[in-house]
Amino acid sequence: MTFTDLLKFGNKRDPEVPPVAAGAVSMRGPEPVIPSKALPKFLSALSQQGAPVLVDFGPVLGSNVAFFGEQLGCKLFIEDLAVDLDRHTRSGTRDALPAAFAHRLPQADQSVDGVLCWDLFDFLEKPAAQALAREVVRVLRPGGAVMGFFCTTVAGRTTFTYTKFEIAEESSLRHRRHSGTGGPKFVLQNRDVIKMFDGLFVSESFLLKSNTREMLLRKRA
Amino acid sequence: MWKRDDAVKPTPHAGAGPAPVPAANTPTSTEGRMTNEPQRGLEKSNVNIGKSVVIKGELSGSEDLTIEGQVEGKIELRQNVLTIGPNGRIKAQIFAKAVVILGEVTGNVTATEKVDIRDNGSVDGDLAAPRVAIAEGAHFRGSIDMQRTGVKPDAKADAKTDAKTDAKTESKTAPSTAPVLTSAASSPAPAVVQR
Repeated sequence: MTFTDLLKFGNKRDPEVPPVAAGAVSMRGPEPVIPSKALPKFLSALSQQGAPVLVDFGPVLGSNVAFFGEQLGCKLFIEDLAVDLDRHTRSGTRDALPAAFAHRLPQADQSVDGVLCWDLFDFLEKPAAQALAREVVRVLRPGGAVMGFFCTTVAGRTTFTYTKFEIAEESSLRHRRHSGTGGPKFVLQNRDVIKMFDGLFVSESFLLKSNTREMLLRKRA
Repeated sequence: MWKRDDAVKPTPHAGAGPAPVPAANTPTSTEGRMTNEPQRGLEKSNVNIGKSVVIKGELSGSEDLTIEGQVEGKIELRQNVLTIGPNGRIKAQIFAKAVVILGEVTGNVTATEKVDIRDNGSVDGDLAAPRVAIAEGAHFRGSIDMQRTGVKPDAKADAKTDAKTDAKTESKTAPSTAPVLTSAASSPAPAVVQR
């Protein structure tokens, strides 16, 4: 038995193995914690407002509520659009999504400082995505920010899952899978995103190792 | 066998088993205002409203309360803890020191300390509290305002809330203690959520 084997037995780290590089994906069970470059920029944009108003398109997560509510003093609006998407998919009425999304957000014009779209647009057909993007642009205040994730490929996707994005730190997100009803996934090109969010400009765009684009869009002040 | 006095001994929150007997001073069904006055020596007792109880109107008091039945209207327990049990079905505006939700609430919830939505709890409405906890598996739809300015448990805040409550009752708009976006908070939820 070598010294290295003894170290393994004692669950100690082999000194010859370099530590995990900063920014690399770390795991907690099956839920990876992935660094985000857009999130700090988004938080920075929000923190410039006194009492920012935030719309979250994802399912409600207690830790995110605590983060945005207690730490940033945000007023949060939870609009879980995955529920809408599931409902229309189950009932076979995805064609009705553009009309449903056209007036989906109850917020007043230019009343919101930030919108967290997460990866929702990956699961929407173009007409529905355009309708929702128009709503986002409508409610966003000048100077406001939108954060969204856009896939570059749908290869390797076998079962339909959503991702709950839980804020682990100010610069990393825990990607938590949870199942959904189903439906196709779409790849939006950069020009599609820019066209969809007419009235906003792409402030930041990062291509992650997971072939996901993190994009931060802003409305000019 | 012997009839247990539930007004003296608090019953567990879980909905399993027979429906808890309502408190001695709690009518089983009422229209209009109902007040739970603290009984002598029972300041810390937890009063239950049983599964079969339906209350329509205004419910207020100064004791901790657990609701397993149905309440429509308004609930005010500004100095106490309100627990909506797993069988509770509430369609009301709620004002309390702390609110624990295991059942279903449709309406706005204002707490001076904390709102806690437990697993399988459901809220369709706006929350205003300095602390909000939402468990995995809970359902929530609405807005969350955790700014401390509007929900401090002092008399001034109470007075403010009272004034706001009156205004809300008259205008039939959703209450929100946040000065940030009253117009947005008052907008109705546009669709029914299927879970």
